[in-house]
Amino acid sequence: MSDFPAVKLHVVSGKGGTGKTTVAASLALALAAGGRQVLLTEVEGRQGIAQLFDTPPLPYEERRVASARGGGEVYALAIDPEQALLEYLEQFYNLRRAGSMLKKIGAIDFATTIAPGVRDVLLTGKVMEAATRERRGGGRLYDAVVMDAPPTGRIARFLNVNSEVAALARMGPVRNQADSVMKLLRSNKTAVHLVTVLEEMPVQETADGVAELRGTDLPVGAVIVNMVRDPLLPDADVASAAAGQLDTAELGRGLKAAGIEPDPAIVSALAAEATDHAGRVRLEQQERTVLHDLDRPTYELPLIPDATDLAGLYDLAERLQTAGMV
Amino acid sequence: MAAKAFDVDALLDSAQIIVCCGAGGVGKTTTAAALALRGAERGRKVCVLTIDPARRLAQSMGLTELDNTPRAVAEIDTSAGGSLDAMMLDMKRTFDEIVETHSDPDRAKAILSNPFYVSLSSSFAGTQEYMAMEKLGQLKAASNWDLIVVDTPPSRSALDFLDAPQRLGRFLDGRMIRMLTAPARAGGRAYLKVFTIGVKVFTDVLNKVLGGQALKDLSLFVASLETMFGGFRERADETYKLLKEGGTSFIVVAVPERDALREAAYFVERLETEHMPLAGVVLNRVHSSAASNLSVEKSLAAAEALDESGEEPLTAAVLRVHADRLAVAGRDGRRAAQFRSAHPRVGVVEVAAQSSDVHDLEGLREIGSELSNGPSASAPKIAG
Repeated sequence: MSDFPAVKLHVVSGKGGTGKTTVAASLALALAAGGRQVLLTEVEGRQGIAQLFDTPPLPYEERRVASARGGGEVYALAIDPEQALLEYLEQFYNLRRAGSMLKKIGAIDFATTIAPGVRDVLLTGKVMEAATRERRGGGRLYDAVVMDAPPTGRIARFLNVNSEVAALARMGPVRNQADSVMKLLRSNKTAVHLVTVLEEMPVQETADGVAELRGTDLPVGAVIVNMVRDPLLPDADVASAAAGQLDTAELGRGLKAAGIEPDPAIVSALAAEATDHAGRVRLEQQERTVLHDLDRPTYELPLIPDATDLAGLYDLAERLQTAGMV
Repeated sequence: MAAKAFDVDALLDSAQIIVCCGAGGVGKTTTAAALALRGAERGRKVCVLTIDPARRLAQSMGLTELDNTPRAVAEIDTSAGGSLDAMMLDMKRTFDEIVETHSDPDRAKAILSNPFYVSLSSSFAGTQEYMAMEKLGQLKAASNWDLIVVDTPPSRSALDFLDAPQRLGRFLDGRMIRMLTAPARAGGRAYLKVFTIGVKVFTDVLNKVLGGQALKDLSLFVASLETMFGGFRERADETYKLLKEGGTSFIVVAVPERDALREAAYFVERLETEHMPLAGVVLNRVHSSAASNLSVEKSLAAAEALDESGEEPLTAAVLRVHADRLAVAGRDGRRAAQFRSAHPRVGVVEVAAQSSDVHDLEGLREIGSELSNGPSASAPKIAG
């Protein structure tokens, strides 16, 4: 049973380097498993999805990138703010000709780069449109939409489009658009998931991110701990190993039993490596406590050597399903 | 392998500006801080400009607030006659200061509260890079230091640091701004006509979509740009030139991972094309093992034999830790070797993986000494 049954829009954020795009793609595959249609979107213009699925750069168009286990399909869309603005002008104001004129003089570029919040309204607005489609004709209908969102440090601000736009437009269509985006984002149909690894800075940023999201009434979903490595030492030995007090006599005896000459240099080198390892295990344990205190559903994904190839994505997707996230 | 040496100490003793670049998350800030500290303790007057340092690293240098001014770092060894100042870049404040210097108080006040300005100065992609360059120019002009070490913003691509300032300069000097400020300045009548129609369409759309207030804000913003910022692009070009001057050196920071090394390679090639002096590459987080003659295969086989016998569980576990470590070290070594053979003329220095983040001056000092000696003798490198 899924931990987020009502959620239609899954926003995936995380500190850079934690594997946020990989997790977003795996989540999309997991959601699609068993015959569902899922849209995976990216908003930062870096073609991360195309790289993951090994396809040519994605145009501003929904394209099928993978089929999920059991018959579902994952579509992908790289949202470009310029294209989104042109589409917006065309749809709402029939301003297609004005659009190309504006593009020519650089006004579109101007509006999507420095008009406060306009860029974010356009990006989130397009995701909202895909997530709330109701009839055929308006485009493909999706069971769920996954957004590979900006990193944790900027996520609350990115999603809180209302306050950004408020400085610019106190009324009018852009403000209305921002209001309806906000309504969807704050509803129980949305969850903002944060990806982290068990290291000090990413965990700290995750905690800060959760606090910020809560402060702006945005629904915090799950914490996904990525790239987790198995502890190799017996629990009972971690403390002594971390303190550098591993029983080297025991280690020497063990090596001898295994047919390895317990040369003192080897024994002390192995003990030092065990100390490093135990130190890391303890740090990870501390970070887990910090994450636990955030009081959100938490799932762990293992470090797999090639998480960035397709087989790796299916593997991670299955783990998210087994863990109950989907 | 007889790779080219990277003499970090010689660089620290002679350079005037050292720019540390690399992809995000490779330890640029720590490297910059360690270099600056070592330079200072070797007797130079050093200033380090950091961008967004981790909280505890900032604290270790006494940087408790983001106040955009270099502050002396206490507790360094000044016996060689050097000193260390450190600062964190506050990009908005740097931008605000440019505004304040170039306009009268009333006008500055109007600009600083303009929503377009607020957006530009706090979230435009490239503002951080531009302001880092701007600040570097200011620090250099102050002539208070022998050596300035600069950390670069945590962008996805290392190249952003070189490109973003000019992008912002182009943008502010671009057609759109010029058109809104002074259509009459545009050359040629046809050009003028297109512009005028363009302005009309633009203002109409803006009115319709955003409402009248936004248009008023925009015209105010653009008008103020006109009177005070003249030549944004020239300003960017000036600082860019500074980077090409003698006395400036680049250090590319990376970790032995595919993406980071690819970024490093891009950057190395770009510096060559631009004739910018690359001092060398710092490879952080390189794993090594002091027991590399005990192979992965042998360790795992021995661990399995112990498991079967049901004896010595601790030794079996330690052997697995070793096998794991050796595998990582082997991978790191291969990647480093690949990079070296692809860039034989680039000096590379390796810094061993630390078991935890650096939090104090002593930690920075150790990294500094690794940077100038390479990995310590007790941890020989793993042959690829």
